[in-house]
Amino acid sequence: MSRVRIPLARIAHARSGDKADWVDFGLFAWNPAGYALLAREVTAERVRAHFAPWLPGAVEAWALPNILALKFVLKGALQGGGARNLRLDNLGKAMAAALLRLEIEVEAAELEAALQQPRVGWWGEA
Amino acid sequence: MKSVRIGAGLGFYGDAWEPIAASIERGGVQFIASDHLAELTLAILQKDRQRDPGLGYARDVVPLLLRLWPLMQRQGVRFVCNAGGLNPQGAAQAVLAAFAAKGLKARVAVVSGDDVLPRLADPAGGAFEHLFTGAPVASVRERLVFANAYLGAAPIVRALDGGAQIVITGRVADAALFLGPIAHAHGWRLDGAREGEGETLDRLAQGLTVGHLLECSGQGSGGNFGAQGHWQSIPDLAHIGYPIAEVWADGRALITKAPGTGGRVNFDTVRQQLLYEVHDPHAYHSPDVVLDMSGIHLEDLGQDRVRLTGARGRAPSERLKVVAGFRDGYKAEVTWGFSWPDAWDKSQQAQATIRAQLKERRVPHDELYVEYPGLNSAHGPLAPLPAVDALNQLNEIWTRLVLRTPEKAAAEGFGRLFPWMGLSGPAYTCGFTGLHNVSELLGIWPTLVDRGEVEAGVQVAFMGEAA
Repeated sequence: MSRVRIPLARIAHARSGDKADWVDFGLFAWNPAGYALLAREVTAERVRAHFAPWLPGAVEAWALPNILALKFVLKGALQGGGARNLRLDNLGKAMAAALLRLEIEVEAAELEAALQQPRVGWWGEA
Repeated sequence: MKSVRIGAGLGFYGDAWEPIAASIERGGVQFIASDHLAELTLAILQKDRQRDPGLGYARDVVPLLLRLWPLMQRQGVRFVCNAGGLNPQGAAQAVLAAFAAKGLKARVAVVSGDDVLPRLADPAGGAFEHLFTGAPVASVRERLVFANAYLGAAPIVRALDGGAQIVITGRVADAALFLGPIAHAHGWRLDGAREGEGETLDRLAQGLTVGHLLECSGQGSGGNFGAQGHWQSIPDLAHIGYPIAEVWADGRALITKAPGTGGRVNFDTVRQQLLYEVHDPHAYHSPDVVLDMSGIHLEDLGQDRVRLTGARGRAPSERLKVVAGFRDGYKAEVTWGFSWPDAWDKSQQAQATIRAQLKERRVPHDELYVEYPGLNSAHGPLAPLPAVDALNQLNEIWTRLVLRTPEKAAAEGFGRLFPWMGLSGPAYTCGFTGLHNVSELLGIWPTLVDRGEVEAGVQVAFMGEAA
């Protein structure tokens, strides 16, 4: 079986937000097969290690299989908070995309399953 | 079964109000609820109030209502907002004065009592530990500029029960702006929640979820939707329709938007908003109910309709969340462009010169933060940078330098360290900005306060007369 290395952006979408010095992420699979991959591969420890070269804060994680989603909170992510953060992205709005850079290794067949019917929701196709 | 329809207003101070017109005219709503206060908006309002004690509210509420109130009045729509900020009374007076000039009328209710700065500022007032770090507020007490408790939906229900057509509050929980009108319309009791009435709590949890989905305007209907290869499928964001919810008396809800508007309400756009700025999704706290999202079911019905069921509620805490802000030094910010050839090396040399000057002139500062817009300002070291040889071949390198300093004078002098280098520094530079780009920084202090003490001081006052 062949294994492939992919960024999360291939099989998931995400949104980030801020509360004080914490940035939170919702990470969403396109289908149940994709959710199984996320739940197996994207642990709190993996997310912590991914951000560590930049923001070495603690990470908490929760699973929401009912909406095929994982929730993460990265602590100490905003230099103390949005109104004292010197970065251009002072509120961490673009940080969801940084999470989607995280690379995981999966079986080729698993990737194919995660890309089947990639749109769970109604997209108004003509 | 009876249902109520409520539409999203603004998602922040400065958001667009034109999309609300479509919700009023074609969305069949009875209420619009508008969230003008992000976590630190009160800091901006505090600066306004220092300049003029009559200010301290989100001023966009005046032009918003001048544009939309005639439409709302025609359709019998009522309006709830937290634009009062630090001065809800002042906001209501400004709205009514502007209305009088245009011959408009409205019965306005003002909700106040969220200001807890006197408690936090009082050395005998308690420790008010930081919610995340546990540090006592004494470490920042002298520098506090505002402190407001998040109120719940109860005073909004009181205002609407009392006949208000427009409700203006200060700090309330964002989702309570929506839960209030829903509870008012269905006669849901809020006061039983702390006794843990299960069925009541689940209904409140549904109402809170609706509020959470609508409180960020277009972010609940396809705006800010990040999905590689798919975001392009969201139609006509230029004419986005803000989300609308229909909520039945048993708590079941439908999320949708006005016909003929852009954006998209589907399983994906709704669930992205569901988890936005949520920490533990099994315990999302609000003053009215603690929401557990683990049983939520989002059923995509197509045609921009998503059915929401399964939210579960638990009794709320005896303490309310407070967000306070404190003065935390200054920043001074400069941006400068360096062109090919050797743009990277030139930027490095200019930075070394600035660091040397800060040292030679003994400029007090905590840090000099540097990032490169176009290369790494969004993702820091997680964005792969080319090797130095390749960086020196790039067309241009933009460099953003930000000084953090406890002293205002040091911040004000920072931009003036640069101009001489235009003639006496590295060649082929352009686009220098920041000669006088200084602002005060604010730290944020989340903490808790006993709800009984706060709620005893909450007031609902009526002004103006119905048309």
